Amino acid sequence: MKINSLDPRISRAELDDESKIGELHGSEHFQTYEVFQQIKRGTHHQHVGNVHAPNAEMAMLFAKEQYCRRGAAVNLWVVKTADVFVTEYQDADIFETTEDKLYRDPNSYKVMDRINAFKARTNNA
Amino acid sequence: MEFTERHVEGLKELLYKMADDLLIIGHRNSEWTGLGPMLEEDIAFSSMAQDKIGQSLALFELLHELGESDPDTVAFTRNAPQFHCSQLVELPIGEYDFSMVRHFFFDHAEAIRFEMLSETVFEPLAMVAKKFKGEIKYHTMHADIFMQKLAAGGEESFGRMQQAINENFGLALGMFEPGDFEAELIEAGIFGGEAELQQRWLDKVVPLLTSYGYMVPSVDAVEPAFGGRKGVHTPNLQPLLDEMTEVFSIDPGADW
Repeated sequence: MKINSLDPRISRAELDDESKIGELHGSEHFQTYEVFQQIKRGTHHQHVGNVHAPNAEMAMLFAKEQYCRRGAAVNLWVVKTADVFVTEYQDADIFETTEDKLYRDPNSYKVMDRINAFKARTNNA
Repeated sequence: MEFTERHVEGLKELLYKMADDLLIIGHRNSEWTGLGPMLEEDIAFSSMAQDKIGQSLALFELLHELGESDPDTVAFTRNAPQFHCSQLVELPIGEYDFSMVRHFFFDHAEAIRFEMLSETVFEPLAMVAKKFKGEIKYHTMHADIFMQKLAAGGEESFGRMQQAINENFGLALGMFEPGDFEAELIEAGIFGGEAELQQRWLDKVVPLLTSYGYMVPSVDAVEPAFGGRKGVHTPNLQPLLDEMTEVFSIDPGADW
């Protein structure tokens, strides 16, 4: 018996109970694009996710609805995922920092002293 | 200029046909939800269908302010002969080629109609027209890119799209069926009229389609599908209304 579906694509495929669903090969589905959204002019674009699309224009169309439907945005970038150059996780140790370099962290600044001093000054004023 | 009774009648006729077109195309296009050609497009097309329902609500609210019943009553309690939508929007979704071409033809007409109405002397309508400008711009952008890409998508793709253009063209011309108050609307500065809209629409869609490589039928060679604006519909509208109002009809007074 042929499968009669609401989805015209399924009906058109004339599948029967014996039909095997074919394997999906690499070239049969779309590439992905990474989506970067800018919330306000002048701020940097932030990565928000990705979309499948056959080309950049359609990636932009889809990205607008996937990621900017409810929130405000002023600009979108879409970039082919394959064009993003990435580090390897096996090289994650390049990001490690040794304990004796903590002085490089912003929390090493003695800024609280100055903030407290400022608060004390303004409270007294 | 003071509005006479005929001006108000003409304004209501205009609002009804716009609101009904949007309600019905919104409902039709939402029938693709879950069946779209790919997940991202399913979401985009469904989202635009929802936008259309929202736009129709804004127009039904204007009608309510002009003394008509409230939006729910107007949307859910009329039968096909009381609807002013064009026959274009009531036809079943068919396959994606048909729905896409209809989306292209309809949304360009809507964009130009709203653009013309952003100058109307009836200020509440001008505000509605301006409010949806960006939303509609995305809709036409979506349609344009799909029409362009599918023209270049190989023989089958091009053939199906060209066939859908041929099928849709006369139906689309039916959108511009003149109303009973064209002269009054133009005279009062309410709306520039269907004839001007049709001309501006042709000036927009014909060069676009030609640039994508499609053939556009000649206006003179095609019979426009008139009737919808006067309540004459295809047998497809009433079943749509029955389905759309199914839940509402169970308990019309329910508080949502």
